[in-house]
Amino acid sequence: MIRAWIAGVGVWGPGMAGWEAARAVLRGEAEVGMPAAPPAPGFLAPNERRRVGAAVRLALVVAQEAASMAERDPADLRSVFATANGDGALVHAILETLGVPGRPLSPTQFHNSVHNAAAGYWTIGHRARAPADCLGCHDASFAAGLLKAAAEAATEREPVLLCCYDAPLPPPLDAMRAGGAAFAAAVVLSPEPCAGALGRIELDYADEPDPAWPDAPRAAALRALHAGNPAARALRLLESLALGAEDRFAIALLDGAVRVSVAPCPTDAPSAPTESAP
Amino acid sequence: MTAVSAMGIGRAAMLDALRARRSGLRPCDFGGLTHGFVGRVHGVEEHALPPAPAAFDCRNNRLADMALRADGFDAAVARARERYGAGRIAVVVGTSTSGILSSEDAYRARDPETGALPASHDIARTHDMFSLARYVRAALGLKGPALSVSAACASSAKAFVDARHLIAAGVCDAAVVGGADSLCRLTLSGFAALELIAPGPGRPCDAARDGISIGEAAAFALLERKGDGVALLGTGESSDGHHMSAPHPEGLGAIAAMRAALRMAGLAPGAIEYVNLHGTGTPANDATEDRAVFEVFGDAVPCSSTKGWTGHTLGASGILEAVISALCIEDRLLPGCLRVGTLDPSFRALVLTANREAAPRRVMSNAFGFGGINCSLIFGELR
Repeated sequence: MIRAWIAGVGVWGPGMAGWEAARAVLRGEAEVGMPAAPPAPGFLAPNERRRVGAAVRLALVVAQEAASMAERDPADLRSVFATANGDGALVHAILETLGVPGRPLSPTQFHNSVHNAAAGYWTIGHRARAPADCLGCHDASFAAGLLKAAAEAATEREPVLLCCYDAPLPPPLDAMRAGGAAFAAAVVLSPEPCAGALGRIELDYADEPDPAWPDAPRAAALRALHAGNPAARALRLLESLALGAEDRFAIALLDGAVRVSVAPCPTDAPSAPTESAP
Repeated sequence: MTAVSAMGIGRAAMLDALRARRSGLRPCDFGGLTHGFVGRVHGVEEHALPPAPAAFDCRNNRLADMALRADGFDAAVARARERYGAGRIAVVVGTSTSGILSSEDAYRARDPETGALPASHDIARTHDMFSLARYVRAALGLKGPALSVSAACASSAKAFVDARHLIAAGVCDAAVVGGADSLCRLTLSGFAALELIAPGPGRPCDAARDGISIGEAAAFALLERKGDGVALLGTGESSDGHHMSAPHPEGLGAIAAMRAALRMAGLAPGAIEYVNLHGTGTPANDATEDRAVFEVFGDAVPCSSTKGWTGHTLGASGILEAVISALCIEDRLLPGCLRVGTLDPSFRALVLTANREAAPRRVMSNAFGFGGINCSLIFGELR
């Protein structure tokens, strides 16, 4: 069992331009709404800002929000990025180019095509020396990212930023995927109780998960988004944090699952230190 | 441990190639591209996947399967499965391009009317990054958590770190760690666009080195809390925070990663007896790494790049060179860089250009990737 405190959160999705807006949607106080383009990150130099695609902007905006809320300097904050598709629009453009023999790729297109492009721009923009990791785990990207980030926080005894993002694939790559809106979520996981934590999670991996544990968000209005975007598998956790509710759920990782228990942290009292897991 | 690369199939072939100083690089003959040399694995086209996971068929998973079937690796994992249970063994594998070659081919076979890809093209089981982890997990009959790490050329080195975290946190008892990257037009054309492909076979550390040769490889290791043989003594990671495709000019990220690995292993720099360099063969990369290695180790620790044998196997280079590092320890060999006529006179680290018989007990292996991701691993005998 791994235990971590959620020290900060960031969200971008339809009607969810940042945590405050997302919180209202997750609490059922506002409609899901229309997708909006994420802003260009102010921490990137102008020439790099021009080079990043929409999917990377999506990642950077939530990573920045979560790190700011956790009051962590991104320069020395460990990070784990997780995305199924990476920059799918760019991958499509490259595949079209490669489809015609003899047509050259652009160097910028190529180096931006690495799956860890968002992690790269995050660390470049913040002159970060802290380790950054990047996972690509299809529909299990959030489950795998959460497991890896929590294990890293527990092992290294340092906070870890998890940033999970996915923009829909363009045609024809989208043929075998449920269509959905762009969505990204980031959390800063702290191995210790911290002031202002939004909640405490305990998680483990189950190879034979109990089908009775839910995975979808409570609100029916969120379920299409949850089903249509791998990053939106974070919605059940985000919903529990927004409601300040105790919860337990399982996020599918192939035929296994990452089981998560959430306990709210009272905002007016510091969390009592608890024994660490053996 | 097991490995497949242009040096051959399995560790014995690898050791033989290293001792004979026989490179696997040949003029590029892949995917209609003819620029530079490549480290191509023979027999991938003929290799058939076992029936159950055959839906995962693509060049990358064939290469991975060839490695799983070599060196008795699948049997060793089956024994571990008996010991720990299938659900307690994780699969943590690195790849930079997975089976994207399948999508490259599919884009050349699009419906001219609708633009649709052929109905038989299964993106999730081929092109997708997770395809590799899913294939390896299914092929080995495992039920633990599976992760595909895609951090460019540091991918399968980072896989060791991620597996260490999962084991240390109690998520699993053991992990199949490794990776695979196979030849594809994306990387052959992409590195050509960056003007980083050497016209001849790559020659890391030579004064006149002029770029990389791309290779393909798959390799795996079984990581356990306790075991026989070579141990993972330390891991170190850092970011450059500098540029997407150029290393930090002073090698600050590389220095930080090497020092972090030493710190975790509790070793002084002098305790390392060989460094397997990332050593891609581009002028800038090798010069920066030399600077970083000299800063950490001075000129006392022998080092070399083995990419003259295999080419740069990109996301698989971390695990491939981890297997080479283990061979150096077990078989008492320090390989010197291939094809170095004149060692770069500006280099200050102790770069080997001929093989040396030695019995290193602790070896460091470096892997650095686009996006400024650095990872250093230390392997050694537990004594």
